[in-house]
Order: sequence, then C-alpha cells, then structure tokens
Amino acid sequence: MNLVTRWLPMLLAVVLLAACSNDESAAPSGDDVEPAAPAGSDAAPAEDGSTAPTSPERLVVYTSRQPHLVEPLFDDFTEETGIAIDYISDSEAALIERLAAEGDRTPASVLITVDAGNLWQAAERGLLQPIDSDVLDERIPAELRDPDDQWFGLSIRARTLVYHPDRVDPADLSTYQALTAPEWAGRLCLRTSRKVYNQSLVAMMIERLGEERTEQIVAGWLENLATEPFSSDTRLIEAVAAGQCDVGLVNTYYLGRLQKDDPDYPVELFWANQDTSGVHVNISGAGLTTHAPEPAAGRQLIEWMTGLDAQQFIAASNMEYPVVDDVPLDPTVAAWGEFEADSINLRVAGQRQAEAVRLMDRAGWR
Amino acid sequence: MAPAGLPPVTTPHARVRRLPARAWLLAPLLVLVGLPLLMLVFSWASIDGDIWRHLGTYLLPRLIGHSLLLMVVVGAGALVLGVGLAWLSACCEYPGRRWLDPLLILPLAFPTYVLAFIYLGLLDFAGPLQTQLRELVGATPAWIAALSKPVGVLPILVLAFYPYVYLLARASFSAGGLVAFEAGRSLGAGPLRVFLRVSLPAARPAIMAGLALALMETLADFGAVAIYGFDTFTTAVYRTWLGLFDLRAATQLASLLMLFLLALVFAERATRSARVRQAERRSVPNRIVLRGARGWLATGAQLLVLIVAVVIPLIQLLVWSLPSLGQLWSTDALELIGNTMLLGTLGAAGVVVGGLLLLLAGYRAPRRVALASELAASGYAIPGTVLAVAIMLALTSLDRVLDTALAGGLMALLLAYLIRFVRVAWGPLEGVAARIRPELFETARSLGASRWTRLWHVMLPLLRPGLVTAFLLALVEIAKEMPATLMLRPFGWDTLAIRIYELTAEGQWERAALPALVLVVLGAIPAVLLMRRLGGAAGARPG
Repeated sequence: MNLVTRWLPMLLAVVLLAACSNDESAAPSGDDVEPAAPAGSDAAPAEDGSTAPTSPERLVVYTSRQPHLVEPLFDDFTEETGIAIDYISDSEAALIERLAAEGDRTPASVLITVDAGNLWQAAERGLLQPIDSDVLDERIPAELRDPDDQWFGLSIRARTLVYHPDRVDPADLSTYQALTAPEWAGRLCLRTSRKVYNQSLVAMMIERLGEERTEQIVAGWLENLATEPFSSDTRLIEAVAAGQCDVGLVNTYYLGRLQKDDPDYPVELFWANQDTSGVHVNISGAGLTTHAPEPAAGRQLIEWMTGLDAQQFIAASNMEYPVVDDVPLDPTVAAWGEFEADSINLRVAGQRQAEAVRLMDRAGWR
Repeated sequence: MAPAGLPPVTTPHARVRRLPARAWLLAPLLVLVGLPLLMLVFSWASIDGDIWRHLGTYLLPRLIGHSLLLMVVVGAGALVLGVGLAWLSACCEYPGRRWLDPLLILPLAFPTYVLAFIYLGLLDFAGPLQTQLRELVGATPAWIAALSKPVGVLPILVLAFYPYVYLLARASFSAGGLVAFEAGRSLGAGPLRVFLRVSLPAARPAIMAGLALALMETLADFGAVAIYGFDTFTTAVYRTWLGLFDLRAATQLASLLMLFLLALVFAERATRSARVRQAERRSVPNRIVLRGARGWLATGAQLLVLIVAVVIPLIQLLVWSLPSLGQLWSTDALELIGNTMLLGTLGAAGVVVGGLLLLLAGYRAPRRVALASELAASGYAIPGTVLAVAIMLALTSLDRVLDTALAGGLMALLLAYLIRFVRVAWGPLEGVAARIRPELFETARSLGASRWTRLWHVMLPLLRPGLVTAFLLALVEIAKEMPATLMLRPFGWDTLAIRIYELTAEGQWERAALPALVLVVLGAIPAVLLMRRLGGAAGARPG
C-alpha cells in the first residue's frame, strides 16, 4: 500500500536530478559551439585544413547512413588525422529539419546522406556552404556534384531492371520506357512512389523527356503492374524470384546482397537505356554545413572520403559504385559488367522532385 | 501555483460551478505541451492553395477513406478482442486462466513496425506460407493472399493495439464487474443482457480510454502502414513533407488529424451518461465458472490470440537472431539496454507525474477543466516525427531567446515523452479514480486531514493500481518510441529503438532482429510481472 508514497518522491527526485545534471552537461557543448561558429564561416574558403597544425579534437557529423557503412571510415579518419568524430544518425528529412532549427548553433559540420534530392534540399534551404576544393573537383565527375560546390557525391547507386532468367529473355529488355509495352502486362513490379529513389528516377525522366511523355510512361508502368507496389526493393526482388512478377526496377546493391548470400539467386540484372540516355544513377554524398563549427576539419573529412582507400570501403561495404576511377569493385558488383550512366547533373533530381511526386500522385502510383 | 488539493466537500447534487484551485495544476502542463502545439497552430499563418488543391484532388479523398476504414476496423477489432478477453480473464474461470491472463498484454511489447514486417515476410507471395501452399496444392486461397495486400495491415494493428482496451477494461471488470453482474442476474436477466446492460456500461470510461489510446495509435501510425503500403492520412503528412518539401502543409495536415481526434474524444465525453460508479469490491462473488467445452473454448480463444500476436512473431525474431545472439554480451548491447531502461524509467516517471496532474486537476471538476485536460494530452494524436520537429523548433526558438542549450539536452527528450505519452498515464489513473468513493475525502477532511494528507494518505494509495499500470504502459511506450528519440537524443544516448532504426534504414529487417528481440523481452518482463500482481490481487479473493 505504501509503495507509491515511498516511491513517488524518489522518482520525482530522480527526474529532477536528471534534469539538473543534464543542464550541466549540455551547457559546455553550447559554449563550444558559440565562439566557433563565426570563425568557421570565414575560415572555410581561406585555407586547406589538411595540414592545419591546430586540428580540432572533435568533429560532429549528421548522417542518414547506417553505422556499419560509416563507422569504420570514421575510425580510419580519426587514426590518420587525430580528429575524433561524433555522429548522429537519423532520417535525411529529420536531419535537415534539425540543422535548420539549430541554425548557427548547430554542432554539426558535415551532413552525409543518400540521394542528391536530399542534398539539394539542404543546399536549397541554405544549410550547406560551398567548398572550393581542387581535390574534389578533380576526383568527382561533374554530374555527381553540385554545380555550386555545396554537395559532393561519394558513391554511385544505380537503379535499373532486374528479371527472372527463366521467364524473360534479356534480348526483350531495353529501356525503362519499354516496360510500358503490352507484352509486360501483369509482369512488372515496382516499389511505392514514397521512396525517394523512384521520385529521383521520375524527376530525371521529366528533365529528359518532358512532363507529358513521363506521365504517359508512368501510367503505362502502372497498367502493367503484377501486384500493388512493394515497400522495399528486397521484397520486390524476392517477388521476381518467387514468380509473382517477371521484371522489376531496383537499386543494384539490393540484388548484390541477395546474390552474395546465394550465388545462384534466380534474378539477373539488366543495364537499362544503354543505347539511349544511360542508366539512372544517384549518389550518396556529403556537404559542409553553413554554420559548421569546424569547417576545415569538415572539408578535410569530405576530401579524405574521396581517397582510394575510403572509396574502396565505401564501394564495397554496401556494394555501391565508387565515384573515383580505378577503385577495385566488389566481385559480385564487377560481375554485372560496365554500364553507361545518365550524364544529367543530379541537381535536377532535387529541383524536379516535388514535380515528380505530383506527377506520380496524378498517375495514381501509390 | 496552488498546492495539490483534493475534491472539495460537496454533496453529489451541489456540483461546484467555480473552478477548484487544483484546476491550476494543469497550467504547467499546458505550458509545456502548448509550446510545440503552438508550432502546429502557427503553421496556419499562410496557406499554399496550390498544394492543397493537389492534395485535395489526388490524395486526400482516398487517404481519408483509408483512415476511416482503419479506425472502424481496428477500433471494432480492438473492442471485441480487448473487452471479450478482459471479461474472460477478469470474471470467468477456465483452464489455464492464471497463465494466459498476464500474457495477453504482451503484444504491447512489440513495436507495430516489427509485427508488420514479420507478418508480411511470413505471408506474402514469396514468403514460406504461400510458397508451401503453391507447392502442396498449387494455389493460394484468396483470403490468405489478401493478408499480404495493403488491407492485411488491419489485423496486424488489431493485434498490436487490442491490449490497450484489454488492460483498462480488465482492471475495471475485476474491480466491480462481477458484483454488478451478479446483482443483474439475481434480478432475473440473462447473462448476455446483464453483460451488455450492466457490466459494459459500468466499465465504459475505462474501455473508452483504452479505445481512445488504440485509435490514436492507429491514426498516428506510420511504420506498419508504410510496410504494408496501406496509405493513410498520415501517409499524406509524410508525403507532403518528404516528397513535396512542404513541412508547413504537412504540419497543417497533422494539426487537422489532431483536431479530428480531439473532436472524437469530446464527443465521447459528451455522450457519457451520468456517472455510473462501480460497486466497491468489498465482497467479490465467485468467478463465473465455465465448465467443460465452454471452458476449453475460452482457453482456446485466448491461446489463439496469444499464439498469433506473440508466439509466432517471437519465434521469427528468435530464428533471425540466432546467428547474432553472441553480440548480446557486447558492451555496445549492454549500453543500449542501459540507455533504453534509463530513458524509459525517467520518461515514464515524468509521464506518470503529468498524468497525475491531469487527474487531480480534472477529478470531479467542471467540464471546462476536462476540455483543457484533453488538450494537454493531445500530443498522443500527432504523428511522432511531426511532433519531434515541432518540439525541436520550439526548443531551438526558446534557446535563441534564453541563450540556453535545451534542444541538445536530455530534458528535450523527456519533454517529448511527456507530451507524447501523458495520455497513456492519464487513462489508467482516470479508470481507477472513477471507482473511488468521494465520501472518503469528506471523511478524511472532517477528521482534520490537510490537503496534503488527503493526497498522500488517501488519494495516492487508492490510485496505486492505476499508477503502476500507468508507469508500466509509459515505460513500454517510451522504449518503443522511435522518431522523437531519433531527433532529440543527446550524443551517446542511443537506445534499442535507435539501433533498430539504423539497422533497418536500408530495408534489412532481419539484421534488426536481435535488438528487436531484446526490446520486446525488456518490455515483456515488467509487463507480465506487474500484470500478475494486479491480477493476483483481484483473483486471489475467494467469494
């Protein structure tokens, strides 16, 4: 009976204690940020941070990438440079809102996410600052970085066709558009239009083919669907393997994972649009935040991530493609062969994303 | 602020018209909750007609329809399962009751997205069930195929959310259900009639509180419906934000959802008939003994729900976790568990205190106070990520004005938990308070007890079962909470839910099985122990 009378005050005390101790621990981090912010924005373009003698002890990164894809990189970077990295993971949208809300008080110097649309969005809202770096300009192909140098691609992710070899002759496959043909009726699988990958693909198609033609293509795809759109690329590929549909549209690394577990996995990859515009690619990438407390170290990290070792890890860890030439590929990835990628600058994926989403809504792509 | 007081001495007929001093207990809560809610209101400062035309033409008609369907089906399902199972557990006797009773709230320990992913994986075309069926009989019955379609999310949400109704209804039934039932029977009415006309109305406030929780969870859910591809109003919120880059319109949508739910809650309050106070359980009659086949039918029904909602998902998680079971003893895992427990405990303590404030302020108070309380508890109806953004914006604005660092601190997260989950604590407390005889306070007062004495020595001890339930529910909810924890956690405060998010960000759900399993077990142990204590207290009384 007396449980509550005894425990409630204790709980209250615990809460209050936690509140107080938190205020103490939070205060210094606020102090760290304050003086660094104004100095940072000036220092960024001024000089190359890689040889700075007074390197900071701690660099804060906001990332939407999974820990096992970034943590080993960060560890190597720390070992080489002595700069420790703290990171916070969250979804891209939440990180962008967080950066925007924090404004000049943000602890984060670097934003690392997937999809150019997200990076464009961050740049568009003034959350990223340009990096004037010969290293980055030289190593990263122009279409994979922002024309205004606010974000830079670190790996390439290709979205192309997969098919079941027993039921599809690859000679019948050619382009994304061709999947609207009546012969594919009831045989096509798509992911939901909620995923940014599909939004970027449609955005790039709008840029190349125009809105009207793109809407026809999207409508044609939906006509041919074998079943409702899937909520994940992996489930989509499994549906192709199981015979629910014959051909689908996915990012290559999802197939790579399945093929790595089972080399005889009954789904094959086809490079779309090789004779026309090239395969739709997107990036994972990084940018320096506008109010970066440690702009020099942030820039150093981004440049370091385009180095050969880092690129090899980035490419291998999630079976994506490196942005830098001459980096050895994962064997499973190498077996898919070379491909021509779409050469339109990825900024378009962001610029036209809202347009693409509206188009997909009109077409009824769930 | 006025000190915590207790109900003024009045006869039931002379209801006070003026606000009791303790209504001001709501003030601090309203200020805290109001900050982020203001952000929702401010979003209406300007309206983008173009985007609303687009939403209104292509998305909202279908999505509102889906959300209503979801509400009706999940609400009805949760009511039938929750009330039915609770009546059996609380008032009947059949084989295995003592074991089944506490286990039936276990689905609460599963985050809905985990349940959804497990079942979609098991039931879809490429999954084991359909594959086996195709090999054995060549085809899949349509109803099984339908379970992997978008509407398949409906039974998943029923299984995930019926425990709210079960928990609150069960407490109410076990307190007075049998007395009322027996009284009705002695007047010659049939059992079904008595159940419907007497027992059910007496438990209505508790059942409705449970149903409100279930419905709000349902409408704010994004994880499970996204996995099944069942687009709802919440989908529109996220699509507007993430796809159309319009957080303002997304916030406007979210505030409409909140208004709708508030309207529902108010409507329910308005239609409540005059207070039906349950009998004290001074002399609880014997449980209704279900003999023979009827007894085993009751056992079977409870067992079936338990197997589908708990056993199968648990086995699947175990199978997925086996390869990585060794990581359980790593320091990383222990740290995650520690953080989860600590945040859960701190957060739940705050939530219970908040719930207590709501209760004390609103106890036998005029309706105006009840409305204010509902407003203070409305954070539960806002989709998690939107609420997290609103809190982030509110705190960073405050930081700028006050030159503080609230937004990066632990307090921000605890505040988010308070705003989001205070309703979870309020429900159970109200359920218990409705059964307290106000005369007790009059007696205490006439014996010269001060307000504080009445609070500490009369009110709180009587509320104990409600406080325990509230704390437990809040603890489990906070441990599962993902969006606000993701956005507001300070450095180094990663929890199990965070790890699940990180591992599943690229759709590799199997990888997250181990943290999910640990999370479920962490939530399950205290849940079962406490349910057994509560159940034991009611069940141990012989007639």
